[in-house]
Amino acid sequence: MKAASFLMTGTAMALAMTPALAQEMSTDMTIVSWGGAYQNSQNEAYVKPYLEMNPDVSVTWDESSNEAVAKLRAMNEAGNITWDLVDVVASDAIRLCDEGLALEYNPDQLLVPGDDGTPASEDFGDLIVSDCFIPQIVYSTTAAYRPDLLPEGAPAPTSICAMFDLETYPGKRTLERRPINNMEWALYCDGVAKDEIYDVLGTPEGQDRALAKLDTIKDEVVWWSAAAEPPQLLADGEIVMGSSYNGRWFSAIEEQDQPFEMLWDMQVFDLDGWIIPAGLEPAALNRVVDFVRFATDTQRLADQAAYISYGPARASSAPLVGEHAELGIAMGPHMPTDPANSENTLLYNYTFWADYRDDIDAKFQSWLVQ
Amino acid sequence: MATLIQLKPQPFSFTGPVTAAAAAFAGLFVGTAQGSGLLGILLGAALGAALAWGLMQAPLPRRTMRWGIAASSALVGLLVGGTMGLIVGAAFGAFFGWFPLWIADGRYRAGLPPYLTPGEVLWHYAFRVICGLIFFFLIAPIVVVMPLSFNAENFFTFTPAMLSLDPAGYSLKHYEDFFGNSDWQAALRNSLTIAPVATLLAVSFGTLAAIGLSSEHVPFRQAIMAILISPMIVPLIISAAGMYFFYSRIGLQGTYVGVVLAHAALGIPFVIITVTATLVGFDRSLTRAAANMGANPVTTFFRVQMPLILPGVISGGLFAFITSFDEVVVVLFVGSASQKTLPWQMFIGLREQISPTILAVATILVCLSIALLTTLELLRRRSEKLRGMSPG
Repeated sequence: MKAASFLMTGTAMALAMTPALAQEMSTDMTIVSWGGAYQNSQNEAYVKPYLEMNPDVSVTWDESSNEAVAKLRAMNEAGNITWDLVDVVASDAIRLCDEGLALEYNPDQLLVPGDDGTPASEDFGDLIVSDCFIPQIVYSTTAAYRPDLLPEGAPAPTSICAMFDLETYPGKRTLERRPINNMEWALYCDGVAKDEIYDVLGTPEGQDRALAKLDTIKDEVVWWSAAAEPPQLLADGEIVMGSSYNGRWFSAIEEQDQPFEMLWDMQVFDLDGWIIPAGLEPAALNRVVDFVRFATDTQRLADQAAYISYGPARASSAPLVGEHAELGIAMGPHMPTDPANSENTLLYNYTFWADYRDDIDAKFQSWLVQ
Repeated sequence: MATLIQLKPQPFSFTGPVTAAAAAFAGLFVGTAQGSGLLGILLGAALGAALAWGLMQAPLPRRTMRWGIAASSALVGLLVGGTMGLIVGAAFGAFFGWFPLWIADGRYRAGLPPYLTPGEVLWHYAFRVICGLIFFFLIAPIVVVMPLSFNAENFFTFTPAMLSLDPAGYSLKHYEDFFGNSDWQAALRNSLTIAPVATLLAVSFGTLAAIGLSSEHVPFRQAIMAILISPMIVPLIISAAGMYFFYSRIGLQGTYVGVVLAHAALGIPFVIITVTATLVGFDRSLTRAAANMGANPVTTFFRVQMPLILPGVISGGLFAFITSFDEVVVVLFVGSASQKTLPWQMFIGLREQISPTILAVATILVCLSIALLTTLELLRRRSEKLRGMSPG
């Protein structure tokens, strides 16, 4: 612990000094992200403005966030880090941080205070779930359905348990090909109280119970691995309901006029943000730090919400969230954090999944092929 | 072809079941599409038999009946499925207005040797139907992509507007996206700068290797050959991982040169194989004759050997080009984001945002591949003609 905090202070000091000394900065950055609408929102909200301020800098996008952990491990082994800034979900950031592949930082020194003067560590608050993780957005994994594909007379679903109710809502549904979220939903719909879900899921019996619940719909589930698949399947009418990220549903419903309805019940909040790979050259590090300071300020995070319906990670950004950049609709009601949408939510339990991920993953995968 | 035998009209006891079988086969697909394959088979068989009976009994002229059936079937299609139904219905009607009479008149035996048994006649047509089906299963997935690439929506879906052939359901926006989007254009540029250089390297080295390996005094020819063509046999992911670590050590990972070298290594086996095959037909006494007349080995190569093996070199080069142009695994490892090629861009496009722009690109690439392979085939024919192997 001592060693870790010492390292952290050392890094933080180095980071803090960089802007003041205006050291040499490299002129190109490779930024890793997810592609699609999300990467586009980052590009519009902070990369383009940054490039306008620094015309000599060029940015290359690499859409590899999906395999960021594996690729960073390989780069580390090969001793050749080619990425400058990597967008990952919080759980990946925790893994990368534990393995020493991501740089630890001190929020109040690396990041600028909020527009209202709140220090960054308070402005981001609990969302800084790892010493390496620089939060950008809050997103949720949630369900949507097609009202026109429901059977005659079936009531519109109001609970996530509609996913497990084949009698009222027959037809295929899609779920992510991993245990996270699905196991929680299965236990919840099997009658486990919300605050006991992770206690139950920590026991082998609880895991079997969740899989048994999933077993009841297994034949009707199409498993997805890329978040773009569920909207495609639902648009095709291949499925009647499914889970995906709320931003994907928003894009399909509002931007592409698809006849979907959101089912916000038991949406699972998760975080996405940056990590800086460990072992960057000083010039590259200086450039990245300069960019990150800009890209995570209050206004930039609020701007991002004009392009995608994910909530900004800074508390001070929330009041600045405005309208969709092209459609002109207010983005507030489409945020997963909007009170109307967040009546019944679940927060992704990072510590639980950090401890149990490998075991439950193995169990889930072997259940999947049975 | 002249009819060799007197055509024998067939009775209904033969025409009826044959038509019913064909209609049942068609009914299987229509029925499956509507929800019940079994019902489709039964209804198809009944309709087919009735149609055959009706056609054989009706006193109307053949041509009138045929047009009548096509038109009424098209009308039914129109009522059921709109414009698309009209086309499908007309096609079905045209076929089933013709088929029963073709059987009934015994015209199906025209053009076949008269001594064939009924079983052999059946096999003659069954063989063609099977070949047609195989062709269909190979081609259909590629053909389906093409109309979808003109979709006006951002999903891989045949919208109702598309199915009714409404112009509003179609658009060129995915092609516009491809030509207007800087990501796709950068990927296209990368592909077009990597593939030709990789091809040039692969052709030069591959041709030299093939010529060297085909001369008899080279020791361990088989072993060297096996090593050189191993990139074609070893799973790509293994080559890719190996190249990644090796290139990282020597500073080639993530560079343009690195990707070109990796793709050249993948292309070399194709060049070696095609050139070796051409060299089999190459007469060695020609090089001796050239030497006898005072030409040095280099002159002999360029003036005598090269023109004769050129078709093999070019087809090897085309394969090497397509390998590099279509390759995604190795470039994901060896390249970095600034060497993003077209297949790489398509790969992320498919995974992260299922956008029909990929279909537009796929359509363009399919057309390009067809053009390249047509060139290849024309070259092959030309070389056969030159070598007098074919009279054409």
